[in-house]
Amino acid sequence: MADDTISTKELIKEENLVYKKSKILTDNEFHYCPGCGHSTTHRIIAEIIEEMGIQSETIGVAPVGCSVFMYNYMDVDMQEAAHGRAPAVATAIKRLLPEKYVFTYQGDGDLAAIGTAETIHACNRGENITMIFINNGIYGMTGGQMAPTTLVGMKSSTTPYGREVSLMGNPIKMTDIIVNLPGTYFVSRQSVHTPANVRKTKKAIRKAFEYQALNKGTCFVEVVSNCPSGWKMNPVDSNKWMADNMLPFYPLGDMKVPEDQD
Amino acid sequence: MEEFVLMKGNEAIAEAAIRAGTDGYFGYPITPQSEVIEYLAAAKPHERTGMVLLQAESEVAAINMLYGGAGAGKKVMTSSSSPGISLMQEGISYIAGSELPCLLVNVVRGGPGLGTIQPSQCDYFQSTKGGGHGDYNLIVLAPASVQEMADFVSLGFDLAFKYRNPVMILSDGAIGQMMEKVKFKPQQPRSKKSPDWATTGKTPDRERNIITSLDLDPARQERFNEKLQAKYKEICKKEVRYEKIKCDDAEYLFVAYGTSSRICQKSMQMAREEGIKVGLFRPITLWPFPYNEIREMTGQLKGILSVEMSAGQMVEDVRLAVEGKVKVNHYGRMGGIIPTPDEIVENLKQKIIGG
Amino acid sequence: MTEEIIIAGFGGQGVLSMGKILCYSGVMEEKEVSWMPSYGPEMRGGTANVTVILSDERISSPIINSFDTAIILNQQSMDKFEPAVKPGGLLIYDGNGITRHPERNDINIYRIDAAEEATKMGSTKTFNMIVLGGYLKVKKLFKLESVIKGLKKSLPERYHHMIPVNEKAIHRGLEIIKEVATVS
Repeated sequence: MADDTISTKELIKEENLVYKKSKILTDNEFHYCPGCGHSTTHRIIAEIIEEMGIQSETIGVAPVGCSVFMYNYMDVDMQEAAHGRAPAVATAIKRLLPEKYVFTYQGDGDLAAIGTAETIHACNRGENITMIFINNGIYGMTGGQMAPTTLVGMKSSTTPYGREVSLMGNPIKMTDIIVNLPGTYFVSRQSVHTPANVRKTKKAIRKAFEYQALNKGTCFVEVVSNCPSGWKMNPVDSNKWMADNMLPFYPLGDMKVPEDQD
Repeated sequence: MEEFVLMKGNEAIAEAAIRAGTDGYFGYPITPQSEVIEYLAAAKPHERTGMVLLQAESEVAAINMLYGGAGAGKKVMTSSSSPGISLMQEGISYIAGSELPCLLVNVVRGGPGLGTIQPSQCDYFQSTKGGGHGDYNLIVLAPASVQEMADFVSLGFDLAFKYRNPVMILSDGAIGQMMEKVKFKPQQPRSKKSPDWATTGKTPDRERNIITSLDLDPARQERFNEKLQAKYKEICKKEVRYEKIKCDDAEYLFVAYGTSSRICQKSMQMAREEGIKVGLFRPITLWPFPYNEIREMTGQLKGILSVEMSAGQMVEDVRLAVEGKVKVNHYGRMGGIIPTPDEIVENLKQKIIGG
Repeated sequence: MTEEIIIAGFGGQGVLSMGKILCYSGVMEEKEVSWMPSYGPEMRGGTANVTVILSDERISSPIINSFDTAIILNQQSMDKFEPAVKPGGLLIYDGNGITRHPERNDINIYRIDAAEEATKMGSTKTFNMIVLGGYLKVKKLFKLESVIKGLKKSLPERYHHMIPVNEKAIHRGLEIIKEVATVS
């Protein structure tokens, strides 16, 4: 109905504003595929940094993988780490600049395969950093190879007939390992495939940043995500597939909540 | 006035690190250099200067801690021995490719592989010709005494920050384990200022700082490489260091660094007692290598013996330096065996004078 | 003056610390010094040796294969280092456990039964200081007070209460060392 349309002039009025790009996001266009969870998670992190007012106190560490160019999008000081080493890089930054907020952003290959040792030991030492772990069960950047978190039977370019346990072992639940380490303070697994989940994820990541100021240990948030290109699905189908297949194996929720909080 | 103390080379490096105002040491134990981290742990550097000390989970983690700390503008260092330094090579390449300053110490042991824990100089190629991937160079300092182990810590940091480039102290198990007297410089305060490129948190008055070695655009990547090469050229022009001993009347020359140069001094005395006019040229910077300074001596020389605890690595640079104008040969021992002064004299006679 | 010494015996005999005290004594008299140990697994219970060089001049090689003095504290070391003493040089040995006594006739040989004496003194830990005392008697390199100062420098402060015992051991060494054979 013609009555429902609004003019451009009306549209840009402040009271009609429903979404605004965070100031912490640069004007560079995301290189991520349409529908990819990376973009949403970047936005969440940017919003939290803006809302907490910690731009000048934040140092991020980007991984090797799809989010290798994260520093192009976040208007904060960032370091690009070698593959898997973000927790070691962040450890030193935080220890040398203990008043700052330091976060890592890593994919499943980075955090749960090549960087397993750094992940476990940073968490075990209880480094006061925030670690964001994007788990989409596939190697996106290199073109859809098997990840350590690829589900049993799931197809990838290196498991074209599906992941076979006898050959490739089982998918690793890294966050379930991390949660058992005494060095972690807050551990949560979330997703960004529905608006409600986005809100929950934002709440979890916000806590993971806020708790850094307490110096009580590592704050770790896994974001179970999709990879439309790697999974060879459209974004809607990929989100549905994720909910049906990934979430039963990687169930969502807070996994370690500090007793002295909430 | 500081007095002389007796210390192992490894301990001297550790004490000098605290005194140089180092912000952080990250390392993983390996023989024959574990005294560095042990000394630091006992010396409570955190109480003395606020220096951060961390035993990492691996050499891989340690070098990436250096990357992070250096990227934050801090004076950071590590020490290791040959197999551990091999593990670090990826990280070293990233540090060079991101133009970050840091100090690396390699107390070399015999290789290849797990090799031996005894002293060697078999990592010359690895240190001076790259080591990791890509066109890059480390500034490589070769101490020949415990005093130089101490002195090269602050020199190394000065050079690293001057050129935003990793610097390596290339020592060996002998200098690491031996004790000599050493006098330390007074305590330097840790720097309160950060370089303007460091990731310390983006303030409104500047653009964000990014530490990365990645640029997928070939044209820009080539320009960056050209910039690196220009820097290396400047280092070659300005930072060559060496020592010449009894070279004025020398007809023959030993070229040797580190432990080998000390042994060659003895060989030189022995040979001169027999009337052989031999001098010693000791490169202190192995990269940049003193090509010109050796080339300038070719007119007076009948032959050069490069003495190394290796199969013959530096000898290639000596040959490059003299451009075929003088006979050059190599004598070395491998596998952790240190050549003795008299076998060096014997080889001078056989391979250079008689041959 | 340059004095090149090898001290060799079993790990645990205090070979390395004896070398260190000698070096510190040298430092007290403004000498150049170097202390080069054998290191590695052999330190743990096997043979241990250290090359000590004391000199008025800058020391060239810290690693040498002939010595002015060899202080030999077990049979293995006797076999290895007796031939390495320079002609006219000095060999000091403890007879305890020695099955083949030194045979050369072109060097000065002294014997010091320090292990036995240490047991008599009631502390086997003083063994190396008894040997050191014997060496100082023969070589007369340093003033005794420099050695005591060196000992203080060399020992961590928590062991400083041991200094009188060690001093006594050094004196005992001065007394009990015996000449076996000398040249010239």
